Amino acid sequence: MLRLILNKIGLLIPTFIGVTIISFLFIRLLPGDPVLLLAGERGITGDRYADLMHQFGFDQPLWRQYLDYLVGILHGDLGTSISTRRPVISEFFTLFPATMELSLCAIFFAVVVGLPAGVIAALYRGKTPDHAVMTTALVGYSMPIFWWGLLLIILFSGILGWTPVSGRISLLYYFPSVTGFMLIDSLLSGQAGAFESAVSHLILPTIVLGTIPLAVIARQTRSAMLEVLDEDYVRTARAKGLAPFRVIGLHALRNALIPVITTIGLQIGVLFAGAILTETIFSWPGIGKWMIDSIFRRDYPAVQGGLLLIAIIVMLVNLLVDVTYGLINPKIRHTR
Amino acid sequence: MFMKKTMRFGAIASVAMLLAAPAVAKTLVYCSEGSPEGFDPALYTAGTTFDASGRAVYNRLVEFKHGSTETEPGLAESWDISDDGTVYTFHLRKGVKFQTTDFFTPTRDFNADDVIFSFERQAAKKGPWFDYSNGSWEYFNGMSMPDLIKNIEKVDDYTVKFVLTRPEAPMIANLAMDFASIISKEYADKLVADGHPELLNQQPLGTGPFQFVAYQKDAVIRYKANPDYWKGKEKLDNLVFAITPDASVRYEKLKAGECQIMPYPNPADIKAMKSDDKINLMEKAGLNVGYMAYNTQQAPFDNPKVRKALNMAMNKKAIIDAVFQGAGQVAKNPIPPTMWSYNDAVKDDPYDPEAAKKMLEEAGVKDLSMKVWAMPVQRPYNPNARRMAEMIQSDFAKVGVKVEIVSYEWGEYLKRSSDVKRDGAALLGWTGDNGDPDNFLAVLLGCDGVGGSNRSQWCYKPFDDLIYKAKITSDKAERTKLYEEAQVVFKEQAPWATIAHSTVFMPVAKNVTGFVQDPLGYHRFDDVDLK
Repeated sequence: MLRLILNKIGLLIPTFIGVTIISFLFIRLLPGDPVLLLAGERGITGDRYADLMHQFGFDQPLWRQYLDYLVGILHGDLGTSISTRRPVISEFFTLFPATMELSLCAIFFAVVVGLPAGVIAALYRGKTPDHAVMTTALVGYSMPIFWWGLLLIILFSGILGWTPVSGRISLLYYFPSVTGFMLIDSLLSGQAGAFESAVSHLILPTIVLGTIPLAVIARQTRSAMLEVLDEDYVRTARAKGLAPFRVIGLHALRNALIPVITTIGLQIGVLFAGAILTETIFSWPGIGKWMIDSIFRRDYPAVQGGLLLIAIIVMLVNLLVDVTYGLINPKIRHTR
Repeated sequence: MFMKKTMRFGAIASVAMLLAAPAVAKTLVYCSEGSPEGFDPALYTAGTTFDASGRAVYNRLVEFKHGSTETEPGLAESWDISDDGTVYTFHLRKGVKFQTTDFFTPTRDFNADDVIFSFERQAAKKGPWFDYSNGSWEYFNGMSMPDLIKNIEKVDDYTVKFVLTRPEAPMIANLAMDFASIISKEYADKLVADGHPELLNQQPLGTGPFQFVAYQKDAVIRYKANPDYWKGKEKLDNLVFAITPDASVRYEKLKAGECQIMPYPNPADIKAMKSDDKINLMEKAGLNVGYMAYNTQQAPFDNPKVRKALNMAMNKKAIIDAVFQGAGQVAKNPIPPTMWSYNDAVKDDPYDPEAAKKMLEEAGVKDLSMKVWAMPVQRPYNPNARRMAEMIQSDFAKVGVKVEIVSYEWGEYLKRSSDVKRDGAALLGWTGDNGDPDNFLAVLLGCDGVGGSNRSQWCYKPFDDLIYKAKITSDKAERTKLYEEAQVVFKEQAPWATIAHSTVFMPVAKNVTGFVQDPLGYHRFDDVDLK
């Protein structure tokens, strides 16, 4: 097992270097630069343009800038955002807990609903429950997030008045941010009603962000279950007269879960992409919106630093998935 | 770092206790459209940042009158201008207190040192404030302050003298802009002594109507009324900015009572807002102009007759209807109608393709092919440049002119469209900075702007003489006359097709009183109350 983990970490190192190069080049390959955008319609004289590029260090040759970036990374310094003039790391980690909280809720929602839905669809293959689950999954998968979010807001917040429109917590509550996770902070604050308010603000964005992973998980679970249900050992288990619940839960589902866990791991990347839109609609102060704004402003340090941190997180999640995979599947655990 | 943050929040929490007693406190929630980049108004150029910093927290020597582009005394009670127009002497208001907050307690009143510091830090070429900004004081430089201000002298604690290198009538309007906000030198010195000048951009402290309480990044900004405000405490007790980037969501929040004022509604929602009896939909012409600039240094656009003919071929009314969806008006002058000296007597070139065709023939132009540049971004003065360009393309086709539409990434677009050798006509626009006509006419059409902000590369002596004379004349009536005349010359010469001024809509809950739409595009909450 340890060998497996070390192996995987070894593989991460070249990926990490690749990510530093890509994150560095990506934003610089886009036309335009931060100084031109700062000046706007007024325009900027050549001298002043050169001055500012020099001040920000963007007049250096690319390899030099990249080297500075790498040295910074090794010192845990991702530079300072051009727009807010704060360290990129502190910007990122101020916002990241909000994205993480929302993503965790969304993936939890997707698994809790998607997994049983997939199992039911497989058990009732070709019958009404199967069609219902699969049609809903297809619709959910094809739903544009922006439209879906607005639709839910208009219905549940506007017409029915059940949920708040947007934000993380009612403006009436105001307390220090300890962990950055609103659910935890609201409990710690001890203010009556704060936790409930945080939960009510999470419902709609969780559903919106969780919809696509939910659809994918339900479909993946269904097909994995169908494959497993045809296996000999399942037939044997049934023939032995095991209770159907045990056959499905213990024998079939456990084996069907292996590809499903990979799928769940892969959804983390999808979640970050979905977070950009979800956060914009629900005024959710996370990293998705921040990254987009930074790209539009050509805020080089913020974009390259943000991309790198996101990539590291995705890599760590994948590592975790690989390890979990090994725990479930002895074949992989013992591969050399 | 963590310790510091916790302590700060601890301190903030005590304020929160005060805020948490809302039984009598009046709190206005403003659904703002975006996050401020920071809280030091001199570092930035975005209106969103100014609303949250310059207008809420700070004052300036001179202020814009509420709801107007005209100026009035602010931290300066009065001023004298020398006869040659190069020396401005400001007499400062006495007894003005800087805000007392959790992070700083001032020990002295506002005085001349604060004024001098507020400008000198932007002129400095080294030192902590240069390092803090990388020297990118965009407006200070953009408004040519380094060339204009020779020096600033302290005459006594309450008198400051600005000596200019040349007479400059717009100086007073410049000083009402956000970059000229007055910072407490005492506070700034303390931040430098503590080794944290960057906190000036995170915890602002001024003399203005509201004082900063806390900012939760990209979510909420909290202010409370400044109890020591020199104009008297505001009627609102608390002001909250709920940052809500999506316009449809802002509207839902307004309807749900989660906020009372929202800027920038979706054009598609305007109709519903008009018929909503809980909403007061305010409307005003924006201080902007959208135009198409011919390159007047290039044949055949060097001929005013050709430019005028093309202007007559353009169906502006149809363009406004399609592109602005009712939230705009046809422009005939290069300055917007809300600006003083707007010349309403000027007649616009009529839409007349037949006459246009004839004029082009008379000018010897046949089978003309030209480029029209369409911006890649939405701006208030042009929400859809691509669509606008397509409509111009079809209008021009009717008079036998073939149009090719080109576009570039925004930064590139700004750069390339400034080039003297640029071909064809470029769509662009301008939003006023300070309400002075000079800020449009000189910046966009003066000879100094050729190769830069003057996208028509138009340097026409009779026009330039008029605006130069207006720039060095302090008498406003005299200046008005000169600018009116300049607009007539502009219309005859037609370096641009003036296309549109946008209409700015502001939905406000009915229980809000005293909110005035600002022609400069600010969102100000002084004098606002809740019923």
